[in-house]
Amino acid sequence: MKTIEPNSSIATPETFPPPSIAVWQHSHVLDLDDFTREEIELVLETADAMAEVLTREVKRVPTLRGKTVVTLFHEPSTRTRASFELAAKNLSADTVSLDASKSSIVKGESLIDSLRTIQALGADIIVMRHSQSGAPYLAIQHVNCSMINAGDGWHAHPSQALLDLYTIRRHLGTLANLKVTIIGDIMHSRVARSNIWGMTTMGAKVVLCAPPTLLPRGLDSFIANCQLPNVSIETEIEPALENADVVMPLRLQMERQQSGLLPSLREYIQLYQLTTERLSMAKPQVLVMHPGPINEGIEISPEVAHGTQSVIEEQVTNGVAIRMALLYLIAGGKNK
Amino acid sequence: MPPNILISGGRIIDPGQGIDRIADLLITKGKITWLGDKGTAPSHADLTTIDATGLIVCPGFIDLHCHLREPGFEDKETIATGTKAAAKGGFTTICCMPNTNPPLDTQASIDYVKKTAESEGTVQVLPVGCITKGRQGKELTEMNELAKVGVIGFSDDGDPVASSRIMAVAMDYSHALGLPIIDHCEDKELSDGGFMNDGWVSARLGLKGMPKAAEEIIVARDLALAKLTGAKLHVAHVSTEGSVELIRQAKEKGIAVTAEVTPHHLTLTEERVMGSQLEKNSHLRYDTNAKVNPPLRTKEDIAALIKGLKDGTIDAIATDHAPHTSVDKMCEFGLAAFGISGLETALACLMSLVHNNQLDLKTIISKLTFEPARIIGSRYGELGILKPGCRADVTLFDPNKEWIVDSRDFASKGKNTPFDGCHFKGRVIVALVAGKIVYRDNSE
Amino acid sequence: MPERTLMSPEDIQRALIRIAHEIVERNKGAKDIVLVGMQTRGVPLSKRLATTIQSLEEITVPVGSLDIGLYRDDISSLHLKPVIHRTDIPTDVTNKQVILIDDVFYTGRSIRAAMDAIIDLGRPQSIQLAVLVDRGHRELPIRADYVGKNIPTSNNEEIKVYVKEVDGEDKVTILSPNKGATDEND
Repeated sequence: MKTIEPNSSIATPETFPPPSIAVWQHSHVLDLDDFTREEIELVLETADAMAEVLTREVKRVPTLRGKTVVTLFHEPSTRTRASFELAAKNLSADTVSLDASKSSIVKGESLIDSLRTIQALGADIIVMRHSQSGAPYLAIQHVNCSMINAGDGWHAHPSQALLDLYTIRRHLGTLANLKVTIIGDIMHSRVARSNIWGMTTMGAKVVLCAPPTLLPRGLDSFIANCQLPNVSIETEIEPALENADVVMPLRLQMERQQSGLLPSLREYIQLYQLTTERLSMAKPQVLVMHPGPINEGIEISPEVAHGTQSVIEEQVTNGVAIRMALLYLIAGGKNK
Repeated sequence: MPPNILISGGRIIDPGQGIDRIADLLITKGKITWLGDKGTAPSHADLTTIDATGLIVCPGFIDLHCHLREPGFEDKETIATGTKAAAKGGFTTICCMPNTNPPLDTQASIDYVKKTAESEGTVQVLPVGCITKGRQGKELTEMNELAKVGVIGFSDDGDPVASSRIMAVAMDYSHALGLPIIDHCEDKELSDGGFMNDGWVSARLGLKGMPKAAEEIIVARDLALAKLTGAKLHVAHVSTEGSVELIRQAKEKGIAVTAEVTPHHLTLTEERVMGSQLEKNSHLRYDTNAKVNPPLRTKEDIAALIKGLKDGTIDAIATDHAPHTSVDKMCEFGLAAFGISGLETALACLMSLVHNNQLDLKTIISKLTFEPARIIGSRYGELGILKPGCRADVTLFDPNKEWIVDSRDFASKGKNTPFDGCHFKGRVIVALVAGKIVYRDNSE
Repeated sequence: MPERTLMSPEDIQRALIRIAHEIVERNKGAKDIVLVGMQTRGVPLSKRLATTIQSLEEITVPVGSLDIGLYRDDISSLHLKPVIHRTDIPTDVTNKQVILIDDVFYTGRSIRAAMDAIIDLGRPQSIQLAVLVDRGHRELPIRADYVGKNIPTSNNEEIKVYVKEVDGEDKVTILSPNKGATDEND
């Protein structure tokens, strides 16, 4: 199965970049809404250097030696957690992974108390996933550790958006003026929200496509109030896919049908599944992406998921590089 | 016996009597005795004079809606601390909601509150009884009994009465007693566990929203039932433009409805959840101090609420004082308790509207005194007015005194306020209950 | 601002040509040599050396670039971070003579990090070091095999290397602290 290769003449530019010290303002990575274009580019460039490490036989550099990275996941997640853990280990950090469902958080200890305990144990960086939107913003008010948001409720998933940007750039060179179509449960999607910020900052146009019950009622107003003219909304898939450069179907959770937001999965599939036929409306070199895990046969057909335009697996590899880049950039002393 | 007091040289604003002038006020034996030109008070032995120069003198504020949390939630507030907070806020009479534990749905629990208020309270506490037993929305409380022990109305506040049938029956039953049904209007199925107003901020923050329609649906339903039954309906904490319009139209049709609005709904929008303007630090988002039910809404709603106050659609201003412990509030936004501790910032908040020329002073005072008194009725005497013979409940405030809100200074146990750090102009200086000074400002 | 030129473009060119000769001499030819330029200015210098060696031996020597950012011992500074560029060495270094090329040789810490990086990539037969300028003040027991010019300095002086591919011109200058007023806006 031939998959498209990244465009190598774009990936490693021949010109020598001027020596520079980047001023990195973030002690935390909570969302992309406060990242400038330069900062996003810095993350992507750093990820490039990290990607090289991942091609070695021994995928390890001593950069974060002596640092402790604790992953605290309140929601089950195999890929994101493993991705962060591997990223930390590749940088020679010590890692501890806490599964909230098995730890004292469920026994009634508050989030703040748990975080304080983790801080007292010596964590330098906390990577946290939480089911409540806004949890990381509460966390950073109470601990000095640096924090990376691995996903909070419906709100944000910055490392996912960054790896999406990185993947697109590897293949298409630049994000400027690209049409990026995100299809699916926008209402409950932290991936969609972070991608809105990341993609528009880098100059892309974002099209959000979903059945009306899966679009927040305040979405139009959000776009207007946050001055995001490059974001538009479609409830029909055809105009959303037309000439798209990137198509990203989102996982449809079964609960959405159960909670009455959709009449049936069948109708969703009929109207919104990304099939080979529908994909042909996009540009010929369209990239098919997905934050995973995939519901094959629901939001995406198996043919498209494993087809020539799919870069879904590459996203996972890029995820480790991006997360290494983020750990590197925010490491370096506790937040004052 | 409280001392004889002469409040001298203040600007007396008493909307109930249409008074607004510099004058003296004489209080003897706990009652208002005389009001007249400065320096012309009849002489009295043992007279204490309070110099009210530069201050506004008005009837003590009446809060139709607050939560004292006792019995059952004494870690959040007690009758003792809540009434101290009331006094600090210039409130001399407060009506406490029955969502305590046990709820105030029996004579015994009401008696408990009254007795505790008498022995430990700083201001007058008037109880509100539950509409349904246990606030479960299924069976009516013994409203007659509760009326006998002195409730000023009925409410399941915190929750609506979900069933229209039960609400209709409750209205029929209370009608005969001449006491209002106070409804927290929220269609809980529609608001569906939401955390803030359903709008652009909730979309951006990824928080489940409570649509405005969830309030308006129940307001409309209650108005229809009020029309059907002829009962007195009082709409608690109105927050939307649509609700204001429904109430306006109902009043035009002669339906017996009254309504209240809170100071925070008059001054804050949903954007406050994203953080205070005081700190440009993006990391202050998801401020649980701005989590309240009904939620903070939009600029358009604020404009409609202000208009509703001006044209009489909204009768009163009530704080919905809802103190919580820090444990209840210092947690994830979705898990935090709803409520704002508002007694001590109410006046300052409202004064900001006066200083911005959005409302005039007389309207604010009227909505805090005369109008709530009218809704309470006469069973506790003539409240909210400085007529000779009435209880000397008096508030003196400096409309221009500048201060910065610091919740650590609150008398209330509840430090949950979105106004921390706010610069306000307007502060209560003295509060008297039945002629006794219950609060005196000693700040600089 | 007292910035004195110590090497002109011609001086630099001659030094590089001499170093290229020395590399070939010491390694008895150009077989099994890998040139690795250290980011940033070592990279164009390594390319120039490769060109010279190519003309001497008619062998294309592989040239790579190395960023030591991931091997630093001071991940401390929160705000100031060197931008990390992709390390790109196009051949396996095992059993090769790896020649590190850097513009200024000072405390030796960068070279220590570079050696760690190279050893992570394979097992070279030798690692040699070529520098354009050696300014002294070693803090680690590391020496250069090939030196363009020795420039003794004091710690409060600064050596600046300008390389045409990066800075638009070739020269080496020294910045001494002014005896009189200090001018920050140079």
